[in-house]
Amino acid sequence: MSSTFLGMPAAPPRSPYGTGNLRGDRKFPKAASGELRNEQLRRNLGKATRSIRAKRLAVTGELPDWERLRDAGSAIKTETMNRLPELLEQLERKVTEHGGTVHWARDGVEANEIVTRLVKETGSDEVIKVKSMATQEIGLNEHLDTQGVTAYETDLAELIVQLAHDKPSHILVPAIHRNRDEVRDIFRREIPGVDPDLDSVPAHLAAAARAYLREKFMTTPVAVSGANFGIAETGTLSVVESEGNGRMCLTMPRTLITVMGIEKVLPRYRDLEVFLQLLPRSSTGERMNPYTSMWTGVTPGDGPQEFHLVLLDNGRTAALADRIGREALNCIRCSACLNVCPVYERAGGHAYGSTYPGPIGAVLTPQLAGMHEAKGDPNSSLPYASSLCGACFDACPVKIDIPSLLVELRHQHTERSGVTAEKLAMRTAAAVMKRPKLFTAAQKAAGAGRVLAGRDGTFSHLPPPFDSWSDSRDTPAPPKQTFRSWLASAEGAATLRAAAEEGVPAPGPTGAAGPHDPEEQR
Amino acid sequence: MRIGLFATCLGDTLFPEAVKSTAVLLARLGHDVVFPPEQTCCGQMHVNTGYQREPVPLVRGFAEQFGDPSIEAVVMPSGSCAGSVRHQHEIVAERYGDAALRSGVAAVKAKTYELSEFLVDVLDVTRVGAYFPHRVTYHPTCHSLRMLRVGDKPLRLLRAVEGIDLVELPEADACCGFGGTFAVKNGETSSAMLQDKMRHVTGTGADVCTAGDASCLMHIGGGLSRIKAGTRTLHLAQILASTRTAPYALTEAAR
Repeated sequence: MSSTFLGMPAAPPRSPYGTGNLRGDRKFPKAASGELRNEQLRRNLGKATRSIRAKRLAVTGELPDWERLRDAGSAIKTETMNRLPELLEQLERKVTEHGGTVHWARDGVEANEIVTRLVKETGSDEVIKVKSMATQEIGLNEHLDTQGVTAYETDLAELIVQLAHDKPSHILVPAIHRNRDEVRDIFRREIPGVDPDLDSVPAHLAAAARAYLREKFMTTPVAVSGANFGIAETGTLSVVESEGNGRMCLTMPRTLITVMGIEKVLPRYRDLEVFLQLLPRSSTGERMNPYTSMWTGVTPGDGPQEFHLVLLDNGRTAALADRIGREALNCIRCSACLNVCPVYERAGGHAYGSTYPGPIGAVLTPQLAGMHEAKGDPNSSLPYASSLCGACFDACPVKIDIPSLLVELRHQHTERSGVTAEKLAMRTAAAVMKRPKLFTAAQKAAGAGRVLAGRDGTFSHLPPPFDSWSDSRDTPAPPKQTFRSWLASAEGAATLRAAAEEGVPAPGPTGAAGPHDPEEQR
Repeated sequence: MRIGLFATCLGDTLFPEAVKSTAVLLARLGHDVVFPPEQTCCGQMHVNTGYQREPVPLVRGFAEQFGDPSIEAVVMPSGSCAGSVRHQHEIVAERYGDAALRSGVAAVKAKTYELSEFLVDVLDVTRVGAYFPHRVTYHPTCHSLRMLRVGDKPLRLLRAVEGIDLVELPEADACCGFGGTFAVKNGETSSAMLQDKMRHVTGTGADVCTAGDASCLMHIGGGLSRIKAGTRTLHLAQILASTRTAPYALTEAAR
């Protein structure tokens, strides 16, 4: 019997370079620099994230089984990723059985083409849209526009962003960077026939948007949505939302087209029990979101009579192929990690250059779209846009260990980067520190540097690349003696001997003896 | 107990007083403090910046220096270095090490502690005979809080200090913006985080901002020094080692 070498399977493709919204035009530190100077943005973001944080803590803290829910969410997602091909085929079968049509899109380009074709087949040159991260990711609106189709965002915040010709800066609250006065100005400028005296009272702003959108709901024959969940067992799709615009889009038009990332599939209908608790509490800080829509294929005489499900890969299989990185696919887009992230709170969402900002964006974006696709790829800066403080891991409802994923992606980046000045410095540091004698000599050299310090014993200016540090921080000069030289000295030995002989000092006149604070023992 | 003291490269070189205080404290509590002389650095900076091949010799060195079974516990005045030993060394060993390194790392990881958790969990003490008659606020560093889960252990130690006026730090659990090379690579974002931390620290009116990590204190202290704030930084170990007979003399010095 002869054998044929079939070759190694090729790595799954990432989202094609130059398409969609998964890459900014500048690296994070540069993009953040501009945003950090925007005082209005800093105030808006600080206020908004602080208020969502407090709400989330209140509603997650009140559930006695919150940690077990998180474990369950994590387990279901991990199971899903382990069985993804099988579950997706089951979903396709069930949707088809119920009168829907399933389309497979390898990437955003294919998905855009499929959606455009389906819209054109309806004869409409307008679509209404439910807020959707997947269609934002692939730049569907922009593509439809080039094909002569106008897309109307119907989520209030998405509408604000669209009318302002802006980009979303948050997964859940896309206009978080705008305050109500800015919104009023945008509405006055962009909504046809709006009251020129519109003020910035939230109810008035909502009413203006409502009047504008109502007409679109009543007249547009085709809607495009994303999906929060797709149930393999039953073929049921689900969207959770707050405003009811989604319900309008999902029920009123004749044709519904849903674009769903392949990682959004769940094995069983009953898995919704877990996620419908985790998602609203983690995202908006509500016990339950106002609207949960679920639909299964087509129901004659009720709702859209034509239903298309576009299953989108766009780099997800590539992420799945990474043993460590695949954990990022467990994300349910709640945005809790954004709201607790100190880096996101200062720099804002636009600095990440991707539809997915914040901590999860910093690990998801490079995996979906790659980070070494061009020289100086801006995405390679994303894994470094974190102080690794770990607040995101604690907040994540499905326990994605984002700090470890960031460290992993940083490692992948240095492995791909060849020999850089930084790598040489790291090698040198390691080479010195693995030889204790050399390390001691380097410590002595550093100690000698204290003569260069200012009169207050600190350095106030350091050379590049440390100038960004010394711009706002003094650095202490090394002291005369390192710990190890003190310990080796007669003084060090005598001090430790004396400490051992002295023992734990007795408390003063008012204190009590014993190993614990008296207050603690009560 | 025979305790291996890990000075940390930063503590040994730039902040020796914090390490001296740790040694003195453990000696007063009746323990035998040993300092394996070939110790240098845990490699945290390398791993956190994305380098995992380069620190293999450092990880190996740590495991060898502290692997001696007669060392019952390895103690260090740093939450982030303890976090590195407990969470990162095995990643490095798994990927680039051999079987010997993997078993060495596992053995030493199991007996590694940050100072406050060692005192409270292992030695079961909160009262260490300290006397520190100053207003103090405590910043829980991210890795001690969220990687090691030290919880309120440092605060329990501080509350038992005689004469202390311990004031709560608003938004204490927010990162100070250090993050190792993050403060260099993303200096401006880091600075913005630091400004908020300093505003909260100075707002308490404390004489001293304390923490369990010399690195975060270097960051906060460097910022406070630049704006010439009245508050200075001091490692938790230095407060715990200050006594009536040998009180810590609070000066304006940076260290």
